[in-house]
Amino acid sequence: MAEFAYLYRGGERPASPEQSQQIMQKWIAWMKELAEQGHMIDRGQPLERSGKLVKGGSRSITDGPFAETKDLIGGFTLVRAKDIAEAAELARGCPILERGGDVEVRPIMQMNM
Amino acid sequence: MENSAGSAANIGHLFRRQHGQMVAALTRIFGMHNLKLAEDVVQDAFCRALEVWKVRGLPENPPAWLMAAAKNRALDVIRRERTARNFAPELDRLLRSEWTLASTVDEHFGVNAIRDDLLRMMFSCCDPAISEESQVALILNILCGFGVDEVAAAFVSAHAAMEKRILRAKKILAASQALFEVNSAGEFAARLPAVHRALYLLFNEGYHGACAETAMRAELCREAIRLLREVLGNGRGAVPASFALAALMCLNAARMPTRKDRFGNLLPLSDQDRSLWNRELIAEGLTLLEHSAAGMDVSQYHIEAAIAAAHANAPNTEATDWRQIVSLYDVLMQLRPSPVVALNRAIALGQSDGPEAGLRALDAIGESERLTHYPFYAAARADFELRLGRRDAARRHFNDALSIARNPDEQRYLAQRLAACEGGAPARKNYARNGAPGEG
Repeated sequence: MAEFAYLYRGGERPASPEQSQQIMQKWIAWMKELAEQGHMIDRGQPLERSGKLVKGGSRSITDGPFAETKDLIGGFTLVRAKDIAEAAELARGCPILERGGDVEVRPIMQMNM
Repeated sequence: MENSAGSAANIGHLFRRQHGQMVAALTRIFGMHNLKLAEDVVQDAFCRALEVWKVRGLPENPPAWLMAAAKNRALDVIRRERTARNFAPELDRLLRSEWTLASTVDEHFGVNAIRDDLLRMMFSCCDPAISEESQVALILNILCGFGVDEVAAAFVSAHAAMEKRILRAKKILAASQALFEVNSAGEFAARLPAVHRALYLLFNEGYHGACAETAMRAELCREAIRLLREVLGNGRGAVPASFALAALMCLNAARMPTRKDRFGNLLPLSDQDRSLWNRELIAEGLTLLEHSAAGMDVSQYHIEAAIAAAHANAPNTEATDWRQIVSLYDVLMQLRPSPVVALNRAIALGQSDGPEAGLRALDAIGESERLTHYPFYAAARADFELRLGRRDAARRHFNDALSIARNPDEQRYLAQRLAACEGGAPARKNYARNGAPGEG
């Protein structure tokens, strides 16, 4: 078993309260499924859309956002899977894909090489 | 936190429900001219909820979480914008000072305050400067939390046209500084009939409207009943006409589950399985009708509720007191004459006095040209002709009706009726075939 991070990026804003709720319920169902199948390490956290950027050299501090909304990382989750192929396959069920967003699947580096 | 997924299915239409309360409370604080700001803050709170809940799961008390999110966001907005913007005139001074800001906002997020605000918003939406249809669209959009797409679907209207309609109506609302004041007895009583009317139209849109999707229609009826309960919950709103309207809604809603068979086909009243009518709603409707009898006030809603009660009380169409129903329609024609009421009266008369009398009543309808796009006018004529054994005439009128059917349900229903003209056997002596299915 290897560990992976799902980085959620972009995704359209919902157009109505009902839509917001439906999306939310799909996410909850998806997360539940991951957990029930033993893939969940950490649900992770959502990230605010604004923040600060601290730049090298001058160590200057500037305001975010750092990218277009569609490129913004909105949150992350840590999962466990057999290999990257399985991790990617699992990510295909993520509701963000239905709203034009994407999931970046990145292996977590192993320390005990 | 981990509980969440299980209860996710049980929160119903939480976001929609909360929308009306939250926009109303925020508009009360920000002032009506800042309606857009209030809507943005609510939208923002929903987005935060979506982002957090989807990863962390549902909180213990989702409605309270949403309210708190909206309240905190409101405090941010007020602090940021109070130099550039005016808020509700009577609160403006309190919102400007840090000494009173938090307590003022807190107070307006109290449970009772929010219930009053919801009523204030409902009464505001029924401004006579706004057309009746737009009032209903506004109520759906603001108080019921329907998105523009969903309102458009309910009215079978194009998105762009509905968006324009709603924006125009909101501009009228925003032109007034404050929400409608429900604490003034005189103004409350003066605006109440318009509120009744809008809720009645909302209910009818669900019950008879052109939208074919059953789930949507039931939803509209439920929303109308929910909002009317809010009106009844306020002492000033608990007047006979409110009870009559509530009775009418309950009694008709009780019949909703049987208006279609298991294949989704519309069923005429005579073919509905009355054992499936919702007895609880009927009992509630009859009790409400009793409450409505206080005083001298007899409204359109009293009469329509009495008609619905006559159907609800009858074991079948043959044992229905059609004579009483005809005389109730006679009263309705005096209170609120319309070609559709006249059509329903003619149909009831056809039941009590026979098809010739029904046809004569159809011919006597004034302004019948207003019914030319209403398929059940031609269908009623066709049914009477069929009962008189005149198949050719019946076929012709059913074809007319079919050509103007407004949705697939009506098309299927009328096509079935048309097919009944072809059968070799004589037309069933079946009463209450006429008119809109499920209508009396």
